[in-house]
Amino acid sequence: MSTEVLRKPRGPGLDRGGPGGDGPGGEGGHGRGEPELFYDPARFGLWLFLGTLTMMFIGFTSAYMVRRLSPDWAPLKPPGLLWANTAVLLLSSGALEAARRRLRGWNVAGVGPWLLTTGVLGVLFLAGQLMAWKVLVARGYFVGSSPHNSFFYLLSGVHGVHLVGGLIWFAVVLVKARRLAYTPGEDGLGMFAIYWHFLAGLWVYLMFLLFVF
Amino acid sequence: MAHAPEAHAGAAHGHAEEAFIWKYVFSKNHRIIGIQYYVTAMVMALVAGLLAMLIRLQLAWPQKDWAFLAKIFPMGYDAGGGFGVMRPEFYAMLFTMHGTIMVFFVLSTAPVSGFGNLLIPLQTGARDMAFPFLNGLSFWTFLVGCVVILTSFFVGAGAAAGGWTAYPPLSALKGAVPGSETGQTLWIVGMVFFIASFTMGGLNFVTTIINLRTKGLTPLRMPMTLWAMFLVAVLGLLAFPALIAACIMLIFDRHFGTSFFLPTGLVLNNVPILGPDGKFLHQGGSPLLWQHLFWFLGHPEVYILMLPALGFTSDILATFARKPLFGYKSMVGAMWAIGGLSFIVWGHHMFVSGMNPYLAMAFAVGTILIAVPSAVKTFNWLATMRDARMRYKTPLLWALGVVSLFISGGLSGVWLAQSAPDIQLHDTMFVAAHFHLIMAGAALFGVFGATTYWFPKMFGRMMNDTLGKAHFWFTFVAYYCVFFPMHYIGIAGHMRRIYDPYQYEFLKPLQPINEFITIAALVLGASQILFFVNFFWSAFAGKKAEANPWEANGLEWTTASPPPHGNWPGEIPAVHRWPYEYANPAFPKDYVMQTEPLTESELKLIAAEGPTGHEH
Repeated sequence: MSTEVLRKPRGPGLDRGGPGGDGPGGEGGHGRGEPELFYDPARFGLWLFLGTLTMMFIGFTSAYMVRRLSPDWAPLKPPGLLWANTAVLLLSSGALEAARRRLRGWNVAGVGPWLLTTGVLGVLFLAGQLMAWKVLVARGYFVGSSPHNSFFYLLSGVHGVHLVGGLIWFAVVLVKARRLAYTPGEDGLGMFAIYWHFLAGLWVYLMFLLFVF
Repeated sequence: MAHAPEAHAGAAHGHAEEAFIWKYVFSKNHRIIGIQYYVTAMVMALVAGLLAMLIRLQLAWPQKDWAFLAKIFPMGYDAGGGFGVMRPEFYAMLFTMHGTIMVFFVLSTAPVSGFGNLLIPLQTGARDMAFPFLNGLSFWTFLVGCVVILTSFFVGAGAAAGGWTAYPPLSALKGAVPGSETGQTLWIVGMVFFIASFTMGGLNFVTTIINLRTKGLTPLRMPMTLWAMFLVAVLGLLAFPALIAACIMLIFDRHFGTSFFLPTGLVLNNVPILGPDGKFLHQGGSPLLWQHLFWFLGHPEVYILMLPALGFTSDILATFARKPLFGYKSMVGAMWAIGGLSFIVWGHHMFVSGMNPYLAMAFAVGTILIAVPSAVKTFNWLATMRDARMRYKTPLLWALGVVSLFISGGLSGVWLAQSAPDIQLHDTMFVAAHFHLIMAGAALFGVFGATTYWFPKMFGRMMNDTLGKAHFWFTFVAYYCVFFPMHYIGIAGHMRRIYDPYQYEFLKPLQPINEFITIAALVLGASQILFFVNFFWSAFAGKKAEANPWEANGLEWTTASPPPHGNWPGEIPAVHRWPYEYANPAFPKDYVMQTEPLTESELKLIAAEGPTGHEH
């Protein structure tokens, strides 16, 4: 994770006195608005968490690199559906960006539809992934039948679990948006966007690692 | 500065009517969570210590009939001729669980999660950790992990028995040993809970130390303990994900028939392990892959255990030597160097795995390099004590113990770091002696030192000094009696993790040494009663402590013992100087607290030295 990102100046949403803030950093009054506070703690903590996730996938990647060299490696041909799923997840990220832009630009009415699109596309991606698993199983590519299969199920599975976590967070965001808890003109969706874009980027990386590299 | 008092008053009011359960059980207060972690870790230490005693009894008198032990542990004792002779698989379970519990659930937890939570907000000048809810959640996640690990003793064929390193195929094949069944599954689940908890803690540690430092607390004014906590959290966040990845793959290998770690041609009890198609079920996996992933965590992990002890030692030594910590900046640099090097030396645990000798040399050189920052730390400690007016209180004794163990354990580390001697000494008692001195011993002594030193901030009372000194001397002498002779039997070829050493003719003469070690170990175990008596008696009936009983300088000593909710009743004090200003003749007292504003003459000196010359 690049440190430049961490050095980014505080987001406009930081000095809010209210209960805003997506993460658990909203707990308690301490620390908020302190002059010596370097970064928004919640956002900083989220970046740290993404750092540990990155390390985990670096661990998987190194295992993949090593295992690929073994003589029994038989490449798995990806079903075309996976590429469609990738596009769906990227579109979901795009929709979230559109919602975020509208919130920052005081267009409160425009936020809802785009936010909903984000979620629908996210669920669609997950359904598509399950479908891809089914297609592979129907073709006889089981998790244990070759190392490439194992890695595909493993990595898509771990990514999927994190995406389910993201959808739970999304449900909270959606409820908050419906209650108009996000102040127009501010970047209230920023935290969730960091995580959601991370998952989209991670999936693109995994597709590259598994089927292009 | 602008910690608006009214804002805090409001917060305090909001907590005023908290029921006991929210205040002391499901607490979000860093001090309570720290104590919860600490006490849980000490309970786990009792369990793991008991396992160690059983290991020692077995090594000294392997074929003895222990009728009373067989009554307590019916699952472990009925091998061979006698009813009370330990079973080999029970022995494997003992050393596996002793290592697992001690490394993760005791020595990573008590100093890091326990003292980290207690001290970080007090030393950074924060009202609490950055994410109090996450902090509470992390403790309860940890507790679930503890329960899972302890439960594994009582399910099916018993707890995991593949070593604390859980090398496949022992850990990946369910039928390999009895402990490879449910026991190993619960081991993995327990570890996942532990890692999740440690990650939550690490996020909190780093965020709090980076973001919530009080006014004036620049990085180079932070006490060494705070530096240690910061680096430990970073190490944990970077290293534990590798073990999570490995654990997930191990679960796949165990339950979904994959072959990440399992090679072709596995045969169990003379029966090949075949799939439905008649070919070998597992194909082409690499057990070494697990070792790489495990030790990528494992080596930083031993510094996760060590660094807090080194931090405590620096703080305690300066306070009781009544002198500034010698070479503060080099101490910080040494910690960074140790932490950084820990990520590129994991291969030294795998010298016998058949790696390319050139690669082994690279790992060896990296490992030996760690001796440089370690020596810097040692010399700085010795220089801190030079010509000092030492106050021989219990915390100082423990700190001196850490220095001693750090030197004696570090010297054998330089041997093991080189691949040629390591190939001879690998998996012998020499290795067991080495890491028990440096990693386990220094960390444990650090925890005891920190307990006596910061006890006032935990419970508002002092620990009994006489009892504490007795505990120290018994522990110190017994500890060396246990682990020093172990080097010799290791060099003589005594392997570790062996059920009955005397099945080999050449190890038979070593039995008297093993008997001596076992007696010393029993004394060591019994000495800990002194600690538990002192701990509980002092927590409830000890002498009431003032705010700053040791006349120390750190921020944590500016508030009451124990600190109130929110840590400081009014505004959070600002910091003006480092925490090691002892024996400065320009001041009336021999200590100058961090919150003491700079004097006229100091300001003049800074002006004369230029803007950057004032750091120590």
